[in-house]
Amino acid sequence: MTRVAVLKGGRSLERQVSLKSGARVEDALERLGHDVVPLDVDSDLVDRLGAAGAEVAFVSLHGRDGEDGTIQELLEVMGIPYTGSGVSACIRTADKVLAKHAMRDASIPTPDFYAFNETAFRELGAAQALPAIEERLQFPIVVKPAGQGSALGIKFARTPADVPAALVAAFSYDRKVLLERYVPGRDLAISIIDEGDEPRALPIVEAVPEEEEFYDFEARYEIGRTRFVCPAELEADVAARASELALQVYRLLGCSGFARVDLMLEREAGGLFVLEGNTVPGLTETSLLPQAADAAGVGFDELIARILSSAGG
Amino acid sequence: MTAGGPRRPRSTARDIERYAALFAERTKVMKSSAMRDLMALTERDDVISLAGGLPDTSTFPPDSYAALMGSVAAESCARALQYGPTEGLTLVKRCIIDVMAAEGMSVDADELLVTTGGQQVIDLVCKTLVDPGDVVVTEAPTYPGAVPTFCAYQADVVQVRMDRDGMRVDELETLLDALHREGRRPKFIYTVPNFHNPAGVTLSLERRRELVRIAGERELLILEDNPYGLLRYEGSPLPTLHSLDDEFVIYASTFSKILSPGVRLGWTTAPAPILAKMNIGKQASDLCSSSISQYFVSAYFDSGPWEDYVRSLIEIYRRRRDVMFDSLAECFPREAEWTHPEGGLFIWATLPDYIDTTDLLARALEEHVAFVPGRAAFVDGRGGSSMRLNFSGVDEDEIREGIRRIGEVVREQVALYGTLTGARVPTGSKPTVPAPRPAERRPSEPEPDAELAKILQLPAKRTQAR
Repeated sequence: MTRVAVLKGGRSLERQVSLKSGARVEDALERLGHDVVPLDVDSDLVDRLGAAGAEVAFVSLHGRDGEDGTIQELLEVMGIPYTGSGVSACIRTADKVLAKHAMRDASIPTPDFYAFNETAFRELGAAQALPAIEERLQFPIVVKPAGQGSALGIKFARTPADVPAALVAAFSYDRKVLLERYVPGRDLAISIIDEGDEPRALPIVEAVPEEEEFYDFEARYEIGRTRFVCPAELEADVAARASELALQVYRLLGCSGFARVDLMLEREAGGLFVLEGNTVPGLTETSLLPQAADAAGVGFDELIARILSSAGG
Repeated sequence: MTAGGPRRPRSTARDIERYAALFAERTKVMKSSAMRDLMALTERDDVISLAGGLPDTSTFPPDSYAALMGSVAAESCARALQYGPTEGLTLVKRCIIDVMAAEGMSVDADELLVTTGGQQVIDLVCKTLVDPGDVVVTEAPTYPGAVPTFCAYQADVVQVRMDRDGMRVDELETLLDALHREGRRPKFIYTVPNFHNPAGVTLSLERRRELVRIAGERELLILEDNPYGLLRYEGSPLPTLHSLDDEFVIYASTFSKILSPGVRLGWTTAPAPILAKMNIGKQASDLCSSSISQYFVSAYFDSGPWEDYVRSLIEIYRRRRDVMFDSLAECFPREAEWTHPEGGLFIWATLPDYIDTTDLLARALEEHVAFVPGRAAFVDGRGGSSMRLNFSGVDEDEIREGIRRIGEVVREQVALYGTLTGARVPTGSKPTVPAPRPAERRPSEPEPDAELAKILQLPAKRTQAR
């Protein structure tokens, strides 16, 4: 029996999802016989974590603080081993711009993009460069905040007139945003868990939106709005390539324990493009990692047990 | 282990798929949303929330509450703890008759159905009248809390635009004609005539008469939702639709805004055959509303003039509203517009169309302030650049500070947009020549239709013959 602090909630926009993930993790840990200390992360976290006497922390926080290395840094300072990726992997993955640059440098296909912070527009006249960017990326263009883990703030600009408002929206979430080429096609998610020292790709989940034109934040977490197919119906070689790409990204970004990599399979041309990684993927009833694990014959409790056992300091 | 031993295992992903197959069709249109997750953050202690629709219950004297509950315990303990009749207790109906009389209506006790809040009336009306696919007409924007109810009954909600005089009844007629040609007859028209939630506007007397005329001629029902009618801060009261016509009007109101939302008591009066069906519907839903609450309300009405407390609320809310007007004029950029409610709890503000208020809320939460994004009040994705601001639930200092913070993030976005489009947008803290604002106008002044049309995202010109 281990005393495990489950870190959940927090201040991020994904607080609600995190609370749901955390509650399921707590249940699983209790069933596994552990001593569970639930902690809704707040300004007194360090004190409460210190008082909790936890031997290990299960990080069930999504988005800001939980996925960007902040909590991990705190846990390092306090000397408490924790689940999932370490500080540097979290920083690289949570920032989509850093992650995409790393992928591009490593020749891993990711949709073309340009990224700017607010000062580039305010002080350097970056707006003058927008026509050239639009010319290169072609419409529709996806505009997203660099650091937002969920689909909040993601806008699709269909014409040049849409771009400024899309940028304003994305800047609501982050000081840095990216404009990215839109890849029409199938939305694939590949979850990865460590088995021993080797990461293993789980069966691919395809998210098929039922009604929305684009896969949106609402659909992502609610039953009935998106149909999930697992394993995704893909040609064997496509599935193998996708899984291999996901594993490459996992290693490239330095992830550990578990993670999820999102890709697009381009319609017609059939190209695979990596959109992003997530170091603390959701663990709710409708989340993709538990579905993928289930399809691989790994039940939720076993999944949680494996994630816990991979916790490092 | 937690106390009580291990909990039952929760479901796995595969189980969820199994349950999903069992869900009723209607759950597919039950919209939950990103907004819901964002709204959950607005409840944090460190956030100034102008997002709620909360009346201020802090001025209700704890001593009175204790005394009232004490008298219920002493005099009616067993009955208060018992089930009551579905239609409600006679003693609370007497209070309702008093309240309705204060708004110029006269009803008998047997014409009333006591409900669990005004919200239950909306639910029971849908339950009684709406089959999947039936048309329900509402204002645009409409009360955000009614949208999930309409969706749950799979109504086809059609929204009619508003201006400063409330629902555009000329457009309503055009819509009804169009529906008639398709062989569709709306089941009812849902309206909040007084101090609309969220728009803040009030349906003019002329339009009230028009609306009941249309309903009468076409034999259509109106659901008149009037939670705020008694909270008037200026101007003269207008007759309710129910007092203009009781043949086609279902009337709904509540104790929530004049006493307490915590008692969860509302009521309805409707044409007898409809009331009878709603009674059966209520029986199926909850048998009866809380007897304890009904005894409490009755004891409260017996204890002294209930109007005094309403008057004290009016004083508080009027001041808060005026503080919000002043703060908006001071802190919002000239591109913003807002309504001038004569009562109620809400101001509806509209920003330039390039600002999405759902995204803006995420930014505002960084500054620890919240509002309701306008999209919540539409069924068709409109309202994206509007917001509902509540002035009843927080004190004057918080209103000032909250509006200052929202104004700052709005200015930030206006300036950024200006930079992105090359437009020259003033970024100073206050425009040197303030634009004329709805807040500064009075009904006697010429009607600035174009500007008000923008506020409610409505037509620029009123074409209705008066």
